[in-house]
Amino acid sequence: MNLKRYATIYAALWKNSVAREMSFKGNFILWIIVELLWFGLQLCFVTVVYSQTDSVGTWTKWQMVLLVGASNFIQQIYQAFFLTNCTGLSELVRTGKMDFLLALPVNTRFIVSTRMVDLGAFVNALFAVCVMLFAAHKLGLHPSFLQLTGFALLCVVGIFIHYSLMFILAAISFWTVRAQGIVWGYYNLFNIARMPDEAFKGAFKAFFTFALPVLLVSNVPARVLADKVAAPSSWILLLALGGVWAVISEWFWRLSVRRYTSASS
Amino acid sequence: MKKYWHVIGIGLQSNLTYRFNYLTRTLFSFIPLFAMLSLWRTIYGSNHGAAPQNHFTQAQMIFYYMLVAVVDVFTAVNEDDWQIAADIREGNISQFLLKPVDYLWYRFCLFCSGRLAFIMMAIVPLGIFIFCFRAYFVFPASMTALVVFPLSLLLTALLQFFISYAMAMLAFWLLEISTFIFILFAFEYLASGHLFPLALLPAPLFHVLLFTPFPYLLYFPISIYMGQAAGADLWSGLAAQAGWVALAFLFARFMWSRGVKKYSAFGG
Repeated sequence: MNLKRYATIYAALWKNSVAREMSFKGNFILWIIVELLWFGLQLCFVTVVYSQTDSVGTWTKWQMVLLVGASNFIQQIYQAFFLTNCTGLSELVRTGKMDFLLALPVNTRFIVSTRMVDLGAFVNALFAVCVMLFAAHKLGLHPSFLQLTGFALLCVVGIFIHYSLMFILAAISFWTVRAQGIVWGYYNLFNIARMPDEAFKGAFKAFFTFALPVLLVSNVPARVLADKVAAPSSWILLLALGGVWAVISEWFWRLSVRRYTSASS
Repeated sequence: MKKYWHVIGIGLQSNLTYRFNYLTRTLFSFIPLFAMLSLWRTIYGSNHGAAPQNHFTQAQMIFYYMLVAVVDVFTAVNEDDWQIAADIREGNISQFLLKPVDYLWYRFCLFCSGRLAFIMMAIVPLGIFIFCFRAYFVFPASMTALVVFPLSLLLTALLQFFISYAMAMLAFWLLEISTFIFILFAFEYLASGHLFPLALLPAPLFHVLLFTPFPYLLYFPISIYMGQAAGADLWSGLAAQAGWVALAFLFARFMWSRGVKKYSAFGG
């Protein structure tokens, strides 16, 4: 019953988002082009890197293309569902619009996290899938049904890890009010998510594997597709850390929202 | 002239209020920088110290990215273009049409003060970062390089600013210009050498790029420092950079005057 109610609310939010996007059609298409250009940029970088070397660790050129594709896919789907909502949170706090959302008879975190859907990101996710398909073709991969399911599942976990981490950063705005800089700082983490894990070692690798698992988020799914899984420990770790970060972010959200004092008007 | 110094002072103060923001930004930007360095170290490591296809030593490659960070701190346009666009959209520029203050130089002063504030906040963490990688430190290629590098850096800053200013003028005609800024930025990111040294590109492509303003936004001062642009190349490159600065300035002026005509047509 409750689930049905939330589904109805979510459907209404979708309808709003479609209406909003379609009222600025030109802009909608331009944003898709912007994202596409940045994706192309990353692929250019891969091409240039592999004009200098045959492999990065054990990652070959088309495996890295697959990785960049997977990373972009995860980032785009994340962006479609959560990005604008996470970055918008500090503005809600600053202007006091949070009042209105707190008063609604739904779970506040639900409504804060799902208010807007970025439809253009789905189009870009589709481009990412095309690039992955092409890379898989070049690699001569024939992933089994199990691999594809595993890939999809791990992508979902990855998306939720990005969401948990960024939501924590956004919730800092309850303390500092101006947290937008911090939230955009998270973009730097997307940058390392598309790097092959073998390029790193030492404390940096440990930190971004075990603490902030961005190095796992796209590497593990890409490895599953590319028959490169070294040990099952990597995806078990990804699942476990996904759970841990979800719990931490919920705890931090509850702690933060208690500090909300509204904006004096 | 005095009034513009005043603007710089005010700009510096207002920028330093966001010093925490600058600091976190600088610190966050070390993450992808470090990642890039690790990637190239891995590549050079597996190729026994020298990647076969290029003339960059490992130290040069690593130091290249550090110089990118340095040049960025000194010259990159931060939020000036957004602010200019907002000024136009919200009608704040009306006062400049009446006051004896030139809007372009007013914004330039703010740009300078923004850079100064950023340099003050970034210099220590960036210095520490470079110190940690001192094993890869590369000295300026020559005495000339050392002297000309700051000059080229200055031209880069001017070019960055005038181009951003001209882009922001689009706000006279369009409500939403961020997409155009991002599209230009994407091209700049690639073609100015942010992502990799342009010399890694196939030679024909590289030579074509030298006819565009992009390399002069970042790559050129670095190649002076590293000694890739030396001798006649250095001076002709510097002349080309100055030429692009002059062109960008004229273009910025042109866009402004066209825009103001359109702006006054709105009345109000």
